Amino acid sequence: MTVSHMSTSKLTAASLHRRHAVEKRFRAYGVVAIVTALVFLIILLSSMLSKGYSAFFQAQIRLPVFFSQDVIDPKRTNSSEIIARANYQILVRNALKARFPDVKKRREVKKLTMLISRGARRHLRAMVAHEPSLIGTTQEVWLLASGDADMFLKGAIPRDIPEKSRRINDRQIAWLNALEEDGAARMRFNVNFFTVGDSREAEQAGIWGAIVGSALTLIVTLILSFPVSVTAAVYLEELSTKNWWTDFLEVNINNMAAVPSIIYGLFGLAIFLNVMHLPRSAPVVGGIVLALMTFPTIIIATRASLKAVPPSIREAARGLGASPAQVVLHHVLPLAMPGIFTGTIIGMSRALGESAPLLMIGMVAFIVDIPQGLFDPASVLPVQIYLWADSPERAFVEKTAAATLVLMVFLVVMNATAVILRRKFEKRW
Amino acid sequence: MGKQETNVVDVRTPRVSIAIPQGEKGDNGQAGAAKEKPLKMRTQGVNVFYGDNQALSEIDLDIRENEVTALIGPSGCGKSTYLRCLNRMNDTIEGCQVEGTVTLDGENIYDRTVDVVHLRARIGMVFQKPNPFPKSIYDNVAYGPRIHGLVSSQDALNEIVMTSLTKAGLLDEVRNRLHEPGTGLSGGQQQRLCIARAIAVNPEVILMDEPCSALDPIATARIEELIDELRKNYTIIIVTHNMQQAARVSQRTAFFHLGVLVEFGDTERVFTSPRDERTQGYITGRFG
Repeated sequence: MTVSHMSTSKLTAASLHRRHAVEKRFRAYGVVAIVTALVFLIILLSSMLSKGYSAFFQAQIRLPVFFSQDVIDPKRTNSSEIIARANYQILVRNALKARFPDVKKRREVKKLTMLISRGARRHLRAMVAHEPSLIGTTQEVWLLASGDADMFLKGAIPRDIPEKSRRINDRQIAWLNALEEDGAARMRFNVNFFTVGDSREAEQAGIWGAIVGSALTLIVTLILSFPVSVTAAVYLEELSTKNWWTDFLEVNINNMAAVPSIIYGLFGLAIFLNVMHLPRSAPVVGGIVLALMTFPTIIIATRASLKAVPPSIREAARGLGASPAQVVLHHVLPLAMPGIFTGTIIGMSRALGESAPLLMIGMVAFIVDIPQGLFDPASVLPVQIYLWADSPERAFVEKTAAATLVLMVFLVVMNATAVILRRKFEKRW
Repeated sequence: MGKQETNVVDVRTPRVSIAIPQGEKGDNGQAGAAKEKPLKMRTQGVNVFYGDNQALSEIDLDIRENEVTALIGPSGCGKSTYLRCLNRMNDTIEGCQVEGTVTLDGENIYDRTVDVVHLRARIGMVFQKPNPFPKSIYDNVAYGPRIHGLVSSQDALNEIVMTSLTKAGLLDEVRNRLHEPGTGLSGGQQQRLCIARAIAVNPEVILMDEPCSALDPIATARIEELIDELRKNYTIIIVTHNMQQAARVSQRTAFFHLGVLVEFGDTERVFTSPRDERTQGYITGRFG
């Protein structure tokens, strides 16, 4: 007996070296896989950050603005309506001419005016409406620089390419340099980005409209998909008898998960827009389309969580005389909640990032106003990113990257919530 | 032939000696002169199939009120299946077919008009592995009365919970922590909690499927004491692997083998003078 014992030991010892080598390789493969994934993630994040961080700052130019009575309210009526309808662009032009008195020719004045954003006149209008006593005074006002000036001041326009290929010509560069030397140009945090909707002017474009649109759409998606999916999964898993019909349903639900999302968009276009005449590009239609897309995700996650609840709990409840509905509602569903939440948030994250089906239902339109309700035309974050990415202006490149960063922050927050909620509910069981 | 001392079954290869304590087995100890308790449940011609497999054949058994009936037999002989027939828990198993009649107080419980939910309020069940709900101890015991609408006020509910915990012998240990989760108790305590939960509904019959097999000897002894106490007010049917336990605790014993009811009778008689040689073989430890 001892002899066979020893030879086993010797044989094992001989193969031990090879087995340890396999162990080390196995670990190494795992580490390589993680590192590769991390590298790609870091490349993605750093490229987005490097392109996008400048969008969170905006250039402003300080000019001496004379709030001329003759321009704003020549007849001295003091009526707020007249004050609101005055042409403040003239004030901007005068301020620029005052700063650079040697600019005389019309074409040059036009180039000079192009350094200031068109939104500046709205800013001046708001100032006067708020404080009519400004009329007749000269104030140093920080005005928003135009998109091209903004790009130049951020260093995004290369100065060594020929003048005709640039959006800023040499004279404009000279003016901007002069302003910088005077300390009349500064960078400010771009609060506008988060408070206004889309705009043709890059320096005035913001994502607030897209954020509100996304929020409204997701609310509709959640309200529609969560109750229906959980109820369907509970029925299929707990209450129905297993026959060919439930098998058929299960196959179809799994198929729904595999259907490309744009098909749901086409379905939405055909039925909700053409047959039911729901408003185009509205969050309610987007929400219904995305809910259809999210059903299978939540149903499959719910079924898996229900299956994971130990049968002993069900038996105990049934043995006490609980009816099937009571067994599910009082015992099984509360224990399955962590898995259901995780599935729901995964489904919502996917819905948040979808653009193809929403393009089909009309969200490709250029929406400036912030949507006020579920039936107003709206845009969503991924579609906004797509629209800005399509725009050739250099100023929109940084906006696209910044919007992508905002979208990624939302996704990280949603997934972190999923992990936290899951941990919190798992403790009880 | 009433014997006065403790008896040891004498066969060729004795491995086990079963001691049957006299005394409390009062009525049933004397042959023929026992005053028989009324019939609580009766099964006639029960056949159970799992798909094509026949698990039980032609089981005829009488369960008498306020008695403990023990079902013994080797693994896989069908005792748990039979037990689950009595409160229709087999309904929930796919492909399980039950034939024959099972009556409770004379009414067939497999009749179409019978409400299973109501039936299970009259016949409670305690399982092999303790399975308290992941709720507080109070809510565990209160769940049954709540769903069956047995109480209308919080005070009445408190009373039922306290009484059930007392009857189950658990109140002293958990008096100060009624709102802690039931899953935080020890194994023996959890099983007593399950028993308290079952009796809170005030059933007429309690089915116990190997209630002590997952417990240590001390916890087992407490539960056996409890069963003896409960016998005064409830009818108990207990499935057990442990023959000594069956001998200690029950008044009637049924021996199952390969899906067939081999022998049924007073516990003392079955253990001292079994009529069938299979019973004798099992009791003496020759198989099983």
